[in-house]
Amino acid sequence: METKRIVSNKKEFNLKKFFFQWEWMLVAVFIIINIINTNLSPYYLSFGGIMDATMTFLDKAFMVLPMVLIIILGDIDISIASTTALSSVIMAVAYNMGLPMPLAVLLALTVGAVCGMTNGILIVKFKELPAMIVTLSTMIIYRGIAYIILEDQAAGKFPSWYSYLGWGYVGKIPFMLIAFILIAVLFGLLLHKTTFGRSVYGMGNNITACRYSGIKTDHIKVAVFTLMGIMASVTALFLTSRTGSTRPNVAIGYEMDVIAMVVLGGISTLGGRGKMLGAVISVFIIGLLRYGLGLINVPAQALMIIIGIILIVAVTIPNINLNGFKKKRLAA
Amino acid sequence: MRNISKFREAGLLVFIVILCIFLQLKNPSFLTLENINDLLTNTAILSILAVGMMMVLLTAGIDLSIGSTLALSGMTAALVVSNNPDISPIAAILIGIAVGTVCGLVVGFLVSIVGIFPIIASLGMMNVYRGLTFMSSGGKWVSAHQMPESFKKIATSSILGINTLIFIAIVIYIIFYYFINYTRTGRQIYAVGSNINSAKISGINTKKTLLLVYTLMGSLAGLAGVLWVSKFASAQGDTATGYELNVIAACVLGGVSVAGGYGKVSGLLVGALLLGILNNALPLINVSPFWQSAIQGAIILVAILMNAYIKRRATKENLMRRKI
Repeated sequence: METKRIVSNKKEFNLKKFFFQWEWMLVAVFIIINIINTNLSPYYLSFGGIMDATMTFLDKAFMVLPMVLIIILGDIDISIASTTALSSVIMAVAYNMGLPMPLAVLLALTVGAVCGMTNGILIVKFKELPAMIVTLSTMIIYRGIAYIILEDQAAGKFPSWYSYLGWGYVGKIPFMLIAFILIAVLFGLLLHKTTFGRSVYGMGNNITACRYSGIKTDHIKVAVFTLMGIMASVTALFLTSRTGSTRPNVAIGYEMDVIAMVVLGGISTLGGRGKMLGAVISVFIIGLLRYGLGLINVPAQALMIIIGIILIVAVTIPNINLNGFKKKRLAA
Repeated sequence: MRNISKFREAGLLVFIVILCIFLQLKNPSFLTLENINDLLTNTAILSILAVGMMMVLLTAGIDLSIGSTLALSGMTAALVVSNNPDISPIAAILIGIAVGTVCGLVVGFLVSIVGIFPIIASLGMMNVYRGLTFMSSGGKWVSAHQMPESFKKIATSSILGINTLIFIAIVIYIIFYYFINYTRTGRQIYAVGSNINSAKISGINTKKTLLLVYTLMGSLAGLAGVLWVSKFASAQGDTATGYELNVIAACVLGGVSVAGGYGKVSGLLVGALLLGILNNALPLINVSPFWQSAIQGAIILVAILMNAYIKRRATKENLMRRKI
């Protein structure tokens, strides 16, 4: 069974295989959700409404992109929301102390990069520790530092141009959406079209084999975690711009949302499998579902239940289809 | 390997003793009976949850849903007692445990029978239970004046001169110490965690073990939920959000391996105690509350890095010895 599947994995175009991809399933879900939403509320299907809605959920979507790389590596990073909080807080405090805003933005990105790189280096130097544990402790530390800096205060009073990031439009399309799509395309190219991306897949499948075949696995891992940190602070930029001020407790729980979106996108937590496109579609599925059900006054708590069930059903379906009902949890 | 684990616990104990001496010098009220009682009461719930989480981690799983399970069962118990003030507190506890058990059973079913990865199954159910908690109360709190005295007494009364929370925690530890170390099922948990395939081949019903572990975790979370609500005298929709990570931290600090198959109840106790002391003592020596989280995180990180480093040294020495 197992060998057969590997043999048949040759790269040739197969119509059946092409349409039996997880991404098509997601597209179908996406369409169904839009149809349901349209029927539920007459206000749903307006261009302006949907465009505005994207701005409410896209802030955390920036973290979904690098999280795809990390989960394909077979790792996980739960410190990202803390990184977001820390870089947002440092940016705000630096600006209020007189640093010009562009430099403060740059500082925030640097903070994110440093946080991510710290995670990466720790994980690479202590290979026996699972990424989950390392990032669990840095999660506490990063948010702790944010609390030390700002205590229970809020900081804000940003210049007016800064709010353009989160509220601005290019023509009729939100700037945030354009930025997200651009960065998503870049990440897609990085993952699917470069040696770097192929190495990430390879490392997710068998890291030892990759090391022996001359891939600098440590460098790649640190780079991926650094990217994650940088994108966490990109999220901080947009989030802070939307809220107009920041506190040490912003973005709490974002890490779980992000991981849920990635998993729904068909990226296996075992590593080595999944596509960028799937994660991007699932961002919009969850976001628009939230928006549509919000329009007809479904309480946010009921949404949590729905999203939880969708997540579980989504990961169960391929289990049934591909492997039968018996064989699973091989490497767990 | 046995020596290392002993060394590890001893190391943590020495660290705790030094910490206590330091704290005592800084603030003489630290080692008073009253404060120790406070400290243990505050650690009791965490340590009850940590036992369950240890069993889950031993099977190389993880349960992120326990914060929500805790909230749901606490909320259910609180709603029941606020509607029937005459109900006995024991019944309230049993209701909480029942709700928790069902929650745990669902996660266990998803993990063991359906075969979803623990992290995803529990992440999904975390959302579901949290949503149910909000829905069951209609988003409202159940606050102190709605609860009968007898219910609030659970946390404040004492059995045999010990606070009930501490008493329950001790009983739980004794039961599970026996269960994990001296029963067949308990040992099978280790076997499943070390190598699930060889456990299967040697005749262990791995699915049953996994189901059991998550169900027990759920029951303990249910118990902890009732205790939590009784202690803080309020049940909210967002009770214990993110608490699962504290529990995992306590386990890791206590030397439980997240990769499965390794961890001891005694180590766990030390880990939970250390976390409790840090929570309790930092305000006593006038550390700003805003520093607490960073200090805690740093100590956890240092502890796990030290642990990894010591283990690495030991394996290297063993290898060298083998060469000669």
